[in-house]
This record gives sequence, structure tokens and C-alpha cells, in this order.
Amino acid sequence: MGSYWLPTSINGFLGDIKDASLLHFVLEGFLVAWLIWFIFRKSYKSHHRHSLSKEEEDKIISEWTPEPLVKSTPQDHPALKPHVVTGKAGHYIDVDGKPCLNLATHNYLSFVDKPQVEECAIQSIRKYGVGSCGPRGFYGTVDVHLELEEKLAKFMGMEEACVYAYGFSTVASAIPAYAKRNDIIFVDEQVNFAIQKGLDASRSRICYFKHNDVEDLEKLMLEFEAEAGKNPRKAKVTRRFLVIEGIYMNTGKICPLPALLELAHRFKCRTILDENVSFGTLGETGRGVTEFYNINRADVDLIVGSMEWALGSIGGFCVGSSFIVEHQRLSGLGYCFSASLPPLLTSAAMASLEEIEKNPELITVLHKQCQLVHDALANLSEFGYSMSGDIQSPVKHLYLTNPPQDAEKHRSLLHSISQYCIKNGVAIIPASYLDHMEARPRTPSLRITVNVDLTPAEVEAASKVLQQASSEFSLS
Amino acid sequence: MKVGAFREPERLMRREVAVVPKVTAGRAERCGYEDEANGTVTVGETCRRPNMATEGLLSDGAHQLKTFAVNGKHALNVVNGKANGVVHSKKNGHVTAHCNGTTTGVPQSEPKKKPHSKESFEEVPLVTAVTTYMGFYLLVVLGYLNQFLFAPPVAKERNRKGYVPLYNRFEQFYSRYVYRRIRDCWNRPICSVPGAEVVLKDRITHDYGWTFQYTGLEKKCLNLGSYNYLGFAEATGQCAEDSIQSIKKYACALGSTSHELGTSPIHLELEETTARFLGVEAAITFGMGFATNALNLPCLLSPGCLVISDEKNHASLILGLRLSGATTRVFKHNNMKNLEKVLRTAVVQGQPKTGAPWKKIFIVAEGVYSMEGSLVHLPEVIALKKKYKAYLFLDEAHSVGAMGPRGRGVLDYYGVNPHDVDVLMGTFTKSFGSAGGYIAGSKELVDFLRVNSHAACYASTMAPPIAQQIITSMRIIMGEDGTNEGQKRVMQLARNTRYFRRRLHQMGVIIYGHEDSPVVPLLVYMFSKIGAVVRTLAKKNIAAVGVGFPATPLMEGRIRFCLSAAHTKEQLDNVLDVLEDIAETLGLKYSQLPRYKGVIQYEDENK
Ligand SMILES: Cc1ncc(COP(=O)(O)O)c(C=O)c1O
Repeated sequence: MGSYWLPTSINGFLGDIKDASLLHFVLEGFLVAWLIWFIFRKSYKSHHRHSLSKEEEDKIISEWTPEPLVKSTPQDHPALKPHVVTGKAGHYIDVDGKPCLNLATHNYLSFVDKPQVEECAIQSIRKYGVGSCGPRGFYGTVDVHLELEEKLAKFMGMEEACVYAYGFSTVASAIPAYAKRNDIIFVDEQVNFAIQKGLDASRSRICYFKHNDVEDLEKLMLEFEAEAGKNPRKAKVTRRFLVIEGIYMNTGKICPLPALLELAHRFKCRTILDENVSFGTLGETGRGVTEFYNINRADVDLIVGSMEWALGSIGGFCVGSSFIVEHQRLSGLGYCFSASLPPLLTSAAMASLEEIEKNPELITVLHKQCQLVHDALANLSEFGYSMSGDIQSPVKHLYLTNPPQDAEKHRSLLHSISQYCIKNGVAIIPASYLDHMEARPRTPSLRITVNVDLTPAEVEAASKVLQQASSEFSLS
Repeated sequence: MKVGAFREPERLMRREVAVVPKVTAGRAERCGYEDEANGTVTVGETCRRPNMATEGLLSDGAHQLKTFAVNGKHALNVVNGKANGVVHSKKNGHVTAHCNGTTTGVPQSEPKKKPHSKESFEEVPLVTAVTTYMGFYLLVVLGYLNQFLFAPPVAKERNRKGYVPLYNRFEQFYSRYVYRRIRDCWNRPICSVPGAEVVLKDRITHDYGWTFQYTGLEKKCLNLGSYNYLGFAEATGQCAEDSIQSIKKYACALGSTSHELGTSPIHLELEETTARFLGVEAAITFGMGFATNALNLPCLLSPGCLVISDEKNHASLILGLRLSGATTRVFKHNNMKNLEKVLRTAVVQGQPKTGAPWKKIFIVAEGVYSMEGSLVHLPEVIALKKKYKAYLFLDEAHSVGAMGPRGRGVLDYYGVNPHDVDVLMGTFTKSFGSAGGYIAGSKELVDFLRVNSHAACYASTMAPPIAQQIITSMRIIMGEDGTNEGQKRVMQLARNTRYFRRRLHQMGVIIYGHEDSPVVPLLVYMFSKIGAVVRTLAKKNIAAVGVGFPATPLMEGRIRFCLSAAHTKEQLDNVLDVLEDIAETLGLKYSQLPRYKGVIQYEDENK
């Protein structure tokens, strides 16, 4: 646990006393404390500084020039002139005043502009106002939060759920609530950025395995097992985790969950499954990748979902057994130390969830559209595009088959294609990454999202625009 | 121990009669330093806070307890019950004799500075310290007995035989046997707007806090728990109406990030309004305050940078610093002398091992500290930052809107030029009754963040109705709605704050923080008293927040009141009467300072 200023030997010592009984600990602790204090108090004072005179110090200070606050930003960067979306980001979207078919925002089930959802949000404002004005612990728990948590848990058939105020912070807080320094986490190399931040915050040891490659994971786990065999004392306190996504935002692929869980079970890893895309989209009734593979949900330790994509609201949630989820109410940083989700967004998410429950056929329709888009995109291969993503996934990536060598040119070409599509009435955008921050390089792509209201004619038209773009930019 | 100034009855009197914060220009360069407590705790020794907050509430605590074992100084504190004044964070920023409010002439151009003579951190009497510790350890021992004798009625992990245990044993023990005893004081659900009054959902426990059942009853309480400083948590009125309209126009969310298709005109308007409100060139906004810190600090900092962080900084800041990979050093809460020492050492010594100069040095502080009620000593921090060429990151989560004659935050309060703070951060959760956060400053900074911020690239943009609430409330504060409603709210909050704090002082309870800070922590010290006070208050229909170990030091259990412009004098009087009662029966009048005997006036509206 957090003690990075201490040398590792003391860290090991801390690890040992962690498991001692408190009384024991207090008695011995005090003794040790006095001792250390005595030793260090003396030495600390004597061994520093005094080697420099005040003038010398002042000279150093006056000569030191820090780097500027921030590096200057190229003024032509696209992020400085973002597209402006006027109106609702529904099935159609107005981008910079141009009405477009929406293949860009994550509105899989068209809940963003559903009147029932809006009405619930409005009623919620009339009752609760807008903000919750406090974290969950301090009068920020509104009855709608409890209701939503209960509904989510029931929907997923698990014991308990907890709701976070922001999708990004959900998985980023959930991971470090369990995984700590000295633990080990096996992670798919294509996980989204929020997961990567959660891994960073945990300070555990991270082992990336190749995307959806069960064999590679097994290899890594075996290696670890061998290593652990050499130091059983340490292995006894090293928790193991497996972190995966249901559908990968970065590739549109579904994880091979059964095989992964089998491995996790064999090597006694607890599994954290991020369903930010797959929740509400995968499986017959939208219950995610566990339903898709017909897997007992109790085999997964924690499922993390987002309410920002399929549910058309803001926030995220975790579901699992009470034993697991309850812990986050005191240890999830984003849960404890941030204001709770505004009630109106809670109500909106709840209204969407009710819609899914009432109309499971919505999911069936979505799957049909996913297939439709999938086929249309797969047919673009002769136009210089290659597609990634599974058939049932509402997120697909289009890569350029012959991209420019230069990364910068590659990106700007994708940007131009996107601009071209928008000009021609189809909102398609490049997936945005901070390349220097990602754990693994991400191939630049156009990220296509599927909406339940798409018609074959619209998909056809969109595909036409992409074909035209291909000849416009000589892609093939 | 220099609490001398506090003991001066004459000074006390002046505190009571000073109505508008007097703009005094003491010799600024002396104010924070003179009163340094003895500087025996060395820098290195104070470097433990950052780890704790980022481990969550519980492990934080477990850690803290363990820290006692390795940290002799801490252990010493404990034994001395702070009577020796070693806990400097409480001592500095203290009332000092020279900061007596006399105005000396200063050149016009100099920013107006107020000496921070308005803060109080009275120390706990020795007896209380000892009993608090005994009480806590008694709880722990009883807990162990309990755990030994009875199986806890809690969920167990199933089908995970042979796995390494998921939780730290002490953490589990603490939450089950210590925290549970007063668990009913937190997470109380509400079912109304968190305005001046709030409706609590009644719940009871039949098994000493293991589980709760809802009775179906509701209870209206006076709300001193929510961060509703300017009273914008409203279900009716302009803000609510505008937000509803924005749902009709833009829906509840956009389902995209700001690099992709998540920007709507309402976001541009919000950013433009925020920049205007703060008087800076530009601002960028995000959907969550916590994430604003956690996801933006890492792109401003990198390994090779040094951050000097106040020990009481919020968990989100500490998380952001940890993610950045920069080196973090901690300075004692609001202690300018210590800050300078850390800064100077850092610049002179450079990076550890190599001795290479630091790339950048950041000072990270908050405007109003939410658990201490204290105010950053901004003019001094700025002077130091300039002297040592450091950058200043100021988190105004609790101060923006709530401080300053125009409600623009601590910069406004101190009359500081906004350009003197490099990175202005704040949240919309509190004074604006909404959600989200901003970072504001130069256009160069904001442009950089638009391109490089993790949140701009990967996190959803703010929901339109949330943004609209902020725009409307901000306009009201700025008077752009054509009324003086906003100004009235700012004034009302200031009056409420001073009145409430003075009355509490007079009552003889110990409160922490700055006299103009709307966050009022009332010290009850003992763990069990936190529960007792919160429950009694609830019985009398007052909702307040109790904070104890591990969120505060073990010694310093407290009840926190957050004042609001929505409160009336009558409501505050009601609370104060109840508190008077409680303080008497539960023995909270720990203060050993002389009390003002006269009648404390509620300031006139026109003042
Ligand atoms: C200093 C500080 N920064 C940031 C935050 C987080 O803000 P939010 O609740 O909007 O996530 C808080 C909230 O408690 C805070 O006190």
C-alpha cells in the first residue's frame, strides 16, 4: 500500500505487518517507531545542505529557468476547431450546420432523443433540481440513485450495483479499489484508455497479452506461475486480476470470454470485465457479453458498464456480488470523492433501462443493423478500406489498406476523409487517441457506430460516400 | 505555542464587530512567516498524505494507523496530544500579533492583501486528546472481541477458494467493527432538492448498522450538509427552467467526446462564460470535477517535474499527481514558511540522485479546504511562486462562487490578478448547483489542454442541461440577468458565514478555518461523539455531515456545516440553539479562549 517514499526493504516489512493483529502491531509498532525516529532525527538534520552558502543558493535560484507551463500548440490542430453539433445527436446529427446521417456518436439504441427519456429527465429536474450538491456519503445519495442501482443489479441478475458520476472514472476507480501495489494484472493490450488509467493508479504489475489471444495469455500466466513458485511467500499475498472488455472500443471485437474465464479460474485470477460498449447491445436481451456466451455471471467478479453509450445518459456503474461491489462504496475514489450523478441523468438512464427491459426486440433490431453495416463495410475492401469488428458489435473500425507511411499524414488523411463524408451528409469521424499516452500504439482508423434506426438505404448511401471518398483521395 | 493573539479579548471584540472584510495591507512578506510554529517536522516526514487519499477511505485509514508505527514523529504527536504544538498544520496561518489589521500605506499598484489573521485552529486540550485515543482504541479492542466471538453477518466471497484474499484484513475489520458503529450517519438518502431544506428518507437498523431498512417515512431537515453555497440547488426558477429547455433542444447527452462529436454550442457558450466570469483568456470544461483534476494534471506534468502539494489536498488532485509520474513533495497545510523551505530546497538541490534541475515546479493548492474550512494564503503563495519561478495550480472547487465580494472565488477575495495564477481549476458541483469542472487560464494553456487533455480525448462531454444550469447561475451571479439577485446571494452567504461562525465561537466550541469560509468544521474529537452529534442533530431535523478517521486525523473527528445563501437568519438561529444544547449535554465546549460576551449582530443587508 502507498508508501513509495520508503525503500523496498521497508515496504516488505510493511507488507508483513499488514497481516499482524492490531494489538500486536500497536505495541511493537510504537517501539519500532521510537527507534526509527531516534535514529533518523539525528541523521536527517546533519546530513543535508549547509554545504552551500545563501549566496550560492540564491545564484542557483536566479539561474534556474523552468520549462514553459505548456508547450505551444499548433494552431491548425483539429481539436482546436472541433465540429459543433447543433441540436440533438440522434439518428441524424447536425454537424457544423450540415445535417448528417449519424455514424459517429455512441447512440446505439437511439435513446438520446427518445421522448420518454427526455420527459423523465425533465420531471427529475422539477423534483430534484439539477445538481446533487454532494458526494454519495454526504447527502448526495438521492432515492433515484438507489432505485437505479437496484434496477441495474436486477437487470444483470447480480446482487449489487453502484453508480458512478462519470463513465471514464468508473473503471478507472474500480480497478485500483481492488488491485494494489504488489498485485499483478493481466490485461488485453487493446483495452481502452480509462482502463489504462485505472491500471496506472493501482500501481500493480501489468502484463499485457496480445489482443484476444488466449494462448498468449496462458503463456504469460504460466510464466508468472513459474516465477511465483520460486517465491511462494510473496505469491501468497499477490492478488491476480484479469481485465478485459466485452466489446473492445478500440477494435470492435468481442472478447473470447469462455476461454478467458477458464484461464482465470485455473490461475486463480479475479476478473474485471468492462462492458462499456457491450452493455445494452450484446446478447439476446442486451445483458452483455455474458449473455452472448451464455455464461454464469457469477463467474465474473466485477462487471463495469457505461451509461453514456447505449443508455444515452452520463455515468457508469459496477455490478457484482455484494462482497465485491460494497467495497467500492468506501474505496472507489471517483465514488467517494466526487459529487454523485445528477438526479436528472440518473432518471434518464433509468428510463432507458426500462425501455430495454420492456422492448428486448430493440436489441434484435440492433443486431440486424450491425450485420447490415458489417456487410456494407466488408464490401469496401476493394476501395482501400479494411474493417475490424465482429458482426454483432455496434462499433466497427475502418482502416486504410494502404495508408501513408508518415503517421502525421495518415492522421490528416483520415481527417480529410471524415470532412469529406460530413460534407456529403454522413457523419463519420476518426477515432481519437493520444498516441504518446497509450500503452500500445493504436492504428489510426475511422470509427463507425451502429444505430438501431438505420435503414438499408441509409447504409447503402453511407457506403457510397465512403466509396467516393476513396476515389477522391485515391485510396485503392 | 503562539495562540497569544487569540487570547486577546480586544482582538476578539474586533473580530466580532468587523463587518465587511477589511482590506488591510499588512506587510505581506511577513505575514505567513512570522508565526511559524516550531519547524521540527522535516519535509521528508510529511510526505505521506498523497498515498493515503488515493487509496480510498479505508485503506487510507489503515495506512494512517500503520504510519504511526514507522513514523516516530507521528507517534510522538499522539502521546503529547499535540499539546506541544508539533502539528504545525494547525498552528500556522495562525492569528499573529503583527497582523492586527492596521492599514499601512501601500503603493496603489500592489495587489490588496489581507493578512490571514482570520483563521483559527485551536488545539485540543490534553485531557480530550488522551480520552479520544483511549476511546478509539477501546472501540478497536471491543471490535476485535466482537469479531472473535461472533461471525459477522456479511456477504462472503463464493467460489473463490484458494484465491489470494481480496481485501486487507485490517481494512475489513475497521469497516465492520469501527465504522459500522456510526455507519448510519453517512449515505443517508434524500428525496428532494438539496436546498436550504432537504427531505431525508427515513431508515432504521435492527442489527447495529449491518443493514438498513427504509421505513417509508420522510423527514424534512434543515440542510447544512450539501455544498449548495449560493443556493442554486433549486427545482424551480430560472436555472431549472433553462435546463429543461436545453434538454428539449439538445437532449440529455451527446454520446461523444470533445475531440469527436461531443461539442455543442452550449459547451462553447459555457466555456466562454466561465472565462469571462473568472476574468481570464480562456477556459475548458469537463463533465466531472474529480476527473478534471485526475485527467488534466498528468498532461501538464511529467517525470522530471516537481509538485509541491498542500498536505490537505483533495483526493482527485493527489490521484492526478500520482498518474502524472512527477515527483511530489508535501508542504504543511497552509504553512508558507514550510512551503518556501520545500521550494528552496527543491530548486537548490535539483532532482534526487542526478541533481539535474527540475523541468518545472508546480505548487498545487486549494482555495477553500473542504475539511478544514481554511483559505489558501494566496498573496503569499503567489509571491513565493514568483520568487522561485514555480507555477501555481489552484483548485477552487469550494471557493468559486462562494468567496469574494463578487463571488469569483479566492482571487476575488484577496483582490489578486487572475493572471498571477497559472492554472485555475474549479468545479461546478458546489456553488453553481450543477456538476463538472473547468480549467481556466491563458489561451495557450487552454489550447494545449484541448489537444492533450485525457478527458477531452476520451471522456464524454458534459450533459447539456448540466451545462445550462451553470451558464444560467453564472449569469445570475454576474448580474447579467439584469437583477442584483446574484449579488444578494453572495452577500447573504457572507453574512450567514460570519454570523454562524461568530456565534459558534461565542458558544465556546472549537471550530476550524477562516472566518469568511462557508465550510465550518466543528471539532468534537471523539469518534463516538461524531455519531452522537449527527444523530441528535437529525433528531432535531438538522442534516449535517460528520467526518472522522480515516478522512481526518484520528484525533480530529468533526462535524462539518456548509452554509448556504439559501439559509435565513431564523434557520441559523434554530441550528445554533440546538447546537448550544448539544454542546452542553455532550460536552463540546472545548475552547479555552475567552468568549465575547455581547450580542452578535446579524449584519445588515445593505452593508
Ligand atoms: C478540492 C476539490 N476538488 C475536486 C473535487 C471533485 O469535484 P466533483 O465533485 O465535481 O467531482 C472536490 C469535491 O469534493 C473538491 O473538494
